[in-house]
Amino acid sequence: MYQFSGKLKMFSIALIIIGALGIAYGFYSAPSTVEEAKEIIAHQSSHGDDHGATHDEVKKEEHHTDVVKDLHANDHDAKAEVAHGEHHDAAHDEHVFHQLQNKPWAAVYVALFFFLGISLLVLAFYAIQRVAQAGWSVVLFRVMEAITANLVPTSIVMLIVIITAVMHMNHLFPWMAEGTFTPGHENYDAIVDGKSWWMNVPGWAIRSIIYLAIWNAYRFFIRRNSIKEDTANDGGKTYKLNYNVSVGFIFLFMITESMMSWDWIMGLDPHWFSTLFGWYVLASLLVSAVTVIALVTIYLRSKGALPKVNDSHIHDLAKFMFGFSVFWTYLWFSQFMLIWYADIPEETTYFVARFNEYKVPFLAMVVMNFVFPILVLLNSDFKSIPWLVIIGGVVILTGHYVDVFVMIMPGTVGAQWSFGLAELGSLLFFLGIFIYATLSAFAKANPIAKGNPFLEESEHFHYYNIEHRGEGSGDHH
Amino acid sequence: MSHYEAPIREPLVLGDKSYHDITEDIAKPIEGAANKNWYIAFYISLAAMLWGFGCIFYTVGTGIGVWGLNKNIGWAWDITNFVWWVGIGHAGTLISAVLLLFRQKWRMAINRSAEAMTIFAVFQAGLFPIIHMGRPWNGYWVLPMPNQFGSLWVNFNSPLLWDVFAISTYLSVSLVFWWTGLLPDFAMIRDRAVKPFQKKIYALLSFGWSGRAKDWQRFEEVSLVLAGLATPLVLSVHTIVSMDFATSINPGWHSTIFPPYFVAGAIFSGFAMVQTLLGIMRKVTNLEDYITRMHIEYMNIVIILTGGIVAVAYATEFFIAWYTGSPYENYTYLSVGAATGPYAWAFWSLIIFNIITPQLLWIKKFRRSFIITFIISIAINIGMWFERFDIIAIVLSKGHLPSTWWRFEPTFVDVGIFVGTIGFFFVLFLLYARTFPVIAQAEVKTILKSSGEFYKKRREQGIPTKPAINVVNVAGTSDKSNKE
Repeated sequence: MYQFSGKLKMFSIALIIIGALGIAYGFYSAPSTVEEAKEIIAHQSSHGDDHGATHDEVKKEEHHTDVVKDLHANDHDAKAEVAHGEHHDAAHDEHVFHQLQNKPWAAVYVALFFFLGISLLVLAFYAIQRVAQAGWSVVLFRVMEAITANLVPTSIVMLIVIITAVMHMNHLFPWMAEGTFTPGHENYDAIVDGKSWWMNVPGWAIRSIIYLAIWNAYRFFIRRNSIKEDTANDGGKTYKLNYNVSVGFIFLFMITESMMSWDWIMGLDPHWFSTLFGWYVLASLLVSAVTVIALVTIYLRSKGALPKVNDSHIHDLAKFMFGFSVFWTYLWFSQFMLIWYADIPEETTYFVARFNEYKVPFLAMVVMNFVFPILVLLNSDFKSIPWLVIIGGVVILTGHYVDVFVMIMPGTVGAQWSFGLAELGSLLFFLGIFIYATLSAFAKANPIAKGNPFLEESEHFHYYNIEHRGEGSGDHH
Repeated sequence: MSHYEAPIREPLVLGDKSYHDITEDIAKPIEGAANKNWYIAFYISLAAMLWGFGCIFYTVGTGIGVWGLNKNIGWAWDITNFVWWVGIGHAGTLISAVLLLFRQKWRMAINRSAEAMTIFAVFQAGLFPIIHMGRPWNGYWVLPMPNQFGSLWVNFNSPLLWDVFAISTYLSVSLVFWWTGLLPDFAMIRDRAVKPFQKKIYALLSFGWSGRAKDWQRFEEVSLVLAGLATPLVLSVHTIVSMDFATSINPGWHSTIFPPYFVAGAIFSGFAMVQTLLGIMRKVTNLEDYITRMHIEYMNIVIILTGGIVAVAYATEFFIAWYTGSPYENYTYLSVGAATGPYAWAFWSLIIFNIITPQLLWIKKFRRSFIITFIISIAINIGMWFERFDIIAIVLSKGHLPSTWWRFEPTFVDVGIFVGTIGFFFVLFLLYARTFPVIAQAEVKTILKSSGEFYKKRREQGIPTKPAINVVNVAGTSDKSNKE
């Protein structure tokens, strides 16, 4: 059995506390009035901040969306009230104020979604391994199960975010603003009103809770029954039940994942839409999930907690990191290129905003998520060298954090983005929770899923050209 | 212990087979004579093919106007058939490349025929881009070649040009991949041949394969590299085909989900075609011990999975069309307008054949039934044809301007060419089944001892599968433990 050391426990709790302080600072420094927001902006421009955009840029961008609004509003034959002149300036100040107010919320939301999504996709990957009757990955089952322990705390935080959003305590979802659905109100948005059958607060909240409930229910069930499988000895009955439930989960996951990405991410840019979006989010989280499995496995193996995991297992995980990185790039490119090619204004705004205001992260993420993994993980030998996999993994995870950042920030804080204490604090906060939840869950159960009929295949797994030299491979020579 | 296999895995080779039995079973159709049924099938296919060729000559000689196209619907059966055939081809590469990467041993009994299907399907697909041209004799202008027009070049921005590169690369790589795998099998036929002419032919086809250790080592390395290359290739080919539509600004065509959705649909329809073909082939060539019920079931599971992905994509298309709030989306191929409009029959065919019928495969009894599998596989092939027809014709029939709304009616030439390609496909496939080793014997022999029924049973009962060598150790006691 693995022992979760007191030192590491302290470390993870320290991360949570430091993270919480960072988040608190973010909320403390957010403006509470329009005047304060103006001061912050004035302060920023006097310091010549590179990425905090100037008023001009913001205005240009706003003008662009206004044009699109016009286009769209005309389609709907609705009254398009576009602010101009004096009114525009006041509206603009208000807009910047909301963006600055959103900053600490968005910082938490990016990290939250990243960690919640990773736990969810580890759960899905695990379900796939069960359904595919994979013969290599059984020795990693407990690692995957332990990581999914994160689903519970992240879901709770998500629930809090859902409640605060519904109670108008933040402006993360622009369409939840007061008056959006009231004709004649200054916030009235004909486009959003046109989709009120989907974009309405009760529907959104109920759907969100259903997603969380389905995922957590499967996680609760499969963890309990997987441990039961260890000692079941019932002629494969428990195994079969776990198999069937996993099939059911994958079915529901395919549906809820898409809907979740529309509700939680695409809804941040309520005028924009892309049919690929759900699968794009899926690919980003999937590659991150496999990377996290690889990193946690390498760590636990180095502590001697996974004696049956050999270099071939690491090699397989690294292959998935490589393959899914390419898959992510494929979907990223498909979405980007098709929108760029057709250049239909109502879709292009999405990338215009990102290209103008998030150029560095937007382009850097393609390097981190595609170019780097291609170069590092193509070589077969490299994929079984732990430190190389760690380097590749850290870059991939950073790249996909940036990916989530670029998905969420433009719709919530626009040009006011930065990577400061609140953003870093949020990351550390959820990292602390991740370490605590994962390792304590791993310490609670037998590190080997003993009852699985494919365990022996997994223990003897050897990929044909991989030379076993690392830990856990001693018994194969 | 490197070949340990969990006892609960089903055997992949049935019966008490030896290596020699495998050779005999696979060589039999090639070495024997064709029966009456084969000739009947062949002549029917040949007649259909010749009829199709007649229709093609008629089209090229007279003009595209002999088809049912009009000035609003410029693509209909031609591109529908093109996408349909390319899609069918995708399962072959999936089985040989993707399943190789995922170490799925059950692919070994079906990969040869699936790849043959790929190549013959891509032949059919390749006809349409040429014959649907107004001036096919200028077709070579799509190639970027230096020329006398001041080196007049092609525009690399068109997905139709990407198609040229995608399809030609796909055909070449599939052909090389397939042929490489055939070398040891051709060598086997060569070594067994008694007629000098036959020996000469297979000696030529097998490139002097002699099966040395070094050759095998490189053979495996090449297979892996080609599988690694063919996988992104197969994804990109149908992606590029999908971009013919998705890069446009037509509502119903311009959709970012098209690339992965077309690929999933291609695998879905391709596997259905493999089921149709193998369902017959295993019977007529007496290869039931190799292409077993389990193979059929596994392919059905892939069909459920990809069918599920396609269904999610349909739902997404339907949802986002609504979500956009754009009134133009009301007449796309997956919209309320399509479900109730003049093409409602095509819309509902798509839903019934592609989404509803395959759900029967969730029932284990049905997935393992040959006859139900065969019927469902035909239904999917019809459904996937309608998917492409709906995407193309319904969308074009109701564009942005109501004054351009029109309908499409195929002529006998449209139908004739499609029937002709089906005939051509079967002509090739029937010839293949008589002259090529339809199962990769070299590969099947590698799994005989780990996954053969006989060997698995013996292991379960604890009976040694090798003749016991009585090793006498120093102490003088014999040691007979030689489990696999």
